[in-house]
Amino acid sequence: MTTTSTSAMGGIVRRKEDPALIAGKGRYVDDIKLNGEAAAVFVRSPFAHAKINSIDTSAATAMDGVLAVYTAEDTRHLGDLLAQVAVGSLRPLLADGAVHHAGEAVAMVVAENAYIAKDAADAVMVDYDPLPAVVDMKDAVKDEIKAHEDAESNVLLTWYSHDWWPGVFELEDHRPAIAAAKERDDVVVVSQEMTNQRLIPVAIEPRAVLADYNSGYGRVNVWSSSQIPHALAGAIAKTFGMTSHDVHVVAPEVGGGFGAKLNVYPDEMLVVFASKELSRPVRWTETRREAAYSTIQGRGWVGTATITGTKDGEILGYELDAIADMGAYSQNFTVAIPVLGLYVAQGQYNVPLAWQITCVHTNTQTTDAYRGAGRPEAIYYVERIIDMYAAAIGMDPADVRKKNFFKKDEFPATTAIGLTMDSGNYEYNLDTLLEDVDYDGLRKMQKDARDEGRYIGIGLSTYVEVCGFAPSVLAEFGFGWDAYGLPTSFSGSGLVRVNPDGSATVIIGTGPSGQGHQTTWAQVVSERLGIPVDAIRVTHGDTFESPTGVGTFGSRSAAVDGAATYEAAEKVRMKAAELVAHMLEASAEDIQFADGGAHVAGSPGHTVTWAEIAEVAYKPHKGPEGLEAGLEAHAVFSPGNATWPFGSHLAVVEVDPGTGDVKILRYVAVDDCGNRINPMIVDGQIHGGIAQGVGQALFEEAIYDENGNLLTGSLVDYPLPTAGDLPAFELGWTNTPTDVNPMGVKGIGEAGTIGSAQTIVNAVVDAVRPLGVTHIDMPLRPRKVWDAIQKARG
Amino acid sequence: MQVSMTVNGSEVSGDVEPRTLLVHFIRENLRLTGTHVGCETSYCGACTIHVDGTPVKSCTMLAVQANGANITTVEGLADGDNLHPVQEGFWERHGLQCGFCTPGMIMSASALLAENDNPSEDEIRHGIEGNLCRCTGYHNIVRSIEYAAAKMRGEEPAPPDWTQDFEGATA
Repeated sequence: MTTTSTSAMGGIVRRKEDPALIAGKGRYVDDIKLNGEAAAVFVRSPFAHAKINSIDTSAATAMDGVLAVYTAEDTRHLGDLLAQVAVGSLRPLLADGAVHHAGEAVAMVVAENAYIAKDAADAVMVDYDPLPAVVDMKDAVKDEIKAHEDAESNVLLTWYSHDWWPGVFELEDHRPAIAAAKERDDVVVVSQEMTNQRLIPVAIEPRAVLADYNSGYGRVNVWSSSQIPHALAGAIAKTFGMTSHDVHVVAPEVGGGFGAKLNVYPDEMLVVFASKELSRPVRWTETRREAAYSTIQGRGWVGTATITGTKDGEILGYELDAIADMGAYSQNFTVAIPVLGLYVAQGQYNVPLAWQITCVHTNTQTTDAYRGAGRPEAIYYVERIIDMYAAAIGMDPADVRKKNFFKKDEFPATTAIGLTMDSGNYEYNLDTLLEDVDYDGLRKMQKDARDEGRYIGIGLSTYVEVCGFAPSVLAEFGFGWDAYGLPTSFSGSGLVRVNPDGSATVIIGTGPSGQGHQTTWAQVVSERLGIPVDAIRVTHGDTFESPTGVGTFGSRSAAVDGAATYEAAEKVRMKAAELVAHMLEASAEDIQFADGGAHVAGSPGHTVTWAEIAEVAYKPHKGPEGLEAGLEAHAVFSPGNATWPFGSHLAVVEVDPGTGDVKILRYVAVDDCGNRINPMIVDGQIHGGIAQGVGQALFEEAIYDENGNLLTGSLVDYPLPTAGDLPAFELGWTNTPTDVNPMGVKGIGEAGTIGSAQTIVNAVVDAVRPLGVTHIDMPLRPRKVWDAIQKARG
Repeated sequence: MQVSMTVNGSEVSGDVEPRTLLVHFIRENLRLTGTHVGCETSYCGACTIHVDGTPVKSCTMLAVQANGANITTVEGLADGDNLHPVQEGFWERHGLQCGFCTPGMIMSASALLAENDNPSEDEIRHGIEGNLCRCTGYHNIVRSIEYAAAKMRGEEPAPPDWTQDFEGATA
């Protein structure tokens, strides 16, 4: 394979990002070094809930090489950490009078280097009065112990599907109809309580932040391992009374995000504070164990799902009654994450819906967006319970799904919560998967294996996702950066500039962490302008470069910032056509761009290069009279709707009933994200997404003891999938473009995760169903599977 | 304490505290920042380097233990402008996304292939179990290493298995 010179969209192009990264020359925050740097280390609480009587910093302050020790006394005036959805208790930058989760930062030590700072942190003496902690979210609902000692209740609010945004959506309450259906003789009611366990995101690069405040310029330069540099710049400006144009945030190479870096964090504010106080650059680099306390966690739901349906597979109602664990504090989107679940609550099924989900504080680390953010939880519940319903009525799980799908001709389709799904072709997608794997043949193989005493399971899941949150009005619900002083919706930003030498610079408002934006965006611009991919440089993650920016999360970048770039390139193309028309004495409508230049349609021999076009653009005396000099355009793209990708996944597993061990024999996914700009990158996103869903299904769980101590804070106790745990993935695809953006693309960053956890669980339960097992809560470690088998056998 | 060693073919030395980890010596003293730190428990493998030809997690070795050793980091793997076949494989087969685990992964893979240039998929998967990747699901890392193995044997690598050529995608 070679790099194609001008690759149209849909082409495989080796990544422009890779030459630096494979040579060890990529620059992550911790690789950047400034003169005179000091290092920050945090003193963290050993208690999940305690009063702070006093903090004695004198011994630490006296140590050689220590520059300062800060507590809430010093930082209280900066206010709490800003949160986009500010419902519940907000986090102080440093614990102020009490701590509310283990590992909460109580003091910050700044020293000449991190070794000295760590020694000094150990010398900070904190006098605590431990208070009872509430750890389990079911206990939190009872309110016998308050996570915040002065709060009236641990319960923040309950989201109801029929009333999630009063005043904007007038929705039908489906509960009476579902209750009536339950009285019918010809229905079955299938119900199961299930846990969607709390996870730790574990980007392999720990978070890091470096701040350099310069009082002469009145400006601060910040490098942070962030998915949302512009929001961070806004938050810093608002916290320190600056304007955002004096805050330069750069997210250089970012070593994985997955939502963990989709947050504004207290450490980011505190290193800016210290740099300002000390007039020196200050750095903080998270350690792996610390990350379990300093970075958000994800999932953490428990709920009962119920399907009411006829005995021949018609679903008359789907209900979920759940609790979601917010942890100790509300941060960026914390309380809104369940709403993202609500968006896709009914999956691909056109069924009556009644969801309610109660958000509670506990004395644990904050939860927020982790890859999928609400959507994997939602799809898990609907896809597990539909399998149980299929088993209860003795129908094939694929047939039950098909019977209840939104049909192709129902799109654009309105969901039970009043949103419009852009495009879908669910039955075709599922049929493609079933044909690819020879589903009937697989079922026969399963039966033959059973006859030989082997326990093979086939698990199926479909999913629908929502990504690139839109329309703009959602900003008023909280999906914007207003809280960070930047009143915005989640629009995209793309700036395209053809330079005087004919090369192109593209500046976008994203904050990627491995998604290959430099390559993909170069393809988008190359397709519009005919400039080779190699002659296009793409910059992202820089608040002084990009006029505006929202960041990278929610599978939004290609569909929103990509579309903005497409439109900016189109504007450049229109202007360039006028220039070329002047140069070639032709009409602008007849100018075509290809192969690094332009020509008049029908006369491919008569061409000008981009360097020649650019020269005319930047020497206006050579161009048409009255045309503005220069050759660049900026576009902000605000889509009229989100995009709604979907797909079908299937796993074949074998369970050893003697040990409970699960082996994945095959994993097949057929995803539909509309048009694909670079299929190689799309495949990679799906692979990684599946691995994280499999990780949740089989291995990962953040476990707190009854006192709120995290027992799984290191990679020793929190096992991630390794190469040996996973099979090769078999991918197919269908293509149902969207009309929400000009490229017809949907998001794909989270799809694999949303589709996979329940696929594995469905497969494992399918394998051991003959033994009487109907459900096992994740993670399906051997001991749990073995226990479930023993219990079922009595 | 004074330590000296050979790193990527150059003699280097430095004055370090006895508690200085080898990875910190490489990153801070030598400013070779391609070797990454992803955990403190030697689980993630982002800090993998070669010490006297053997892959070692440099976060669990002290700088003083490497006194006199011959060390290769990711920066020293290529032969001038010619990429090591494993580096080429990672580029050609999309073996990396965020790139943070990549240097360690490449160092483990190159050591694996130095022992066995024709490993099975299972041998590759178990051979890199000490290196964690959160982005790729390992699929394309395995394909990258297979690509490199073929190159090292002087054979043409198998074609990529992207979904690009699937027909009938649009209903």
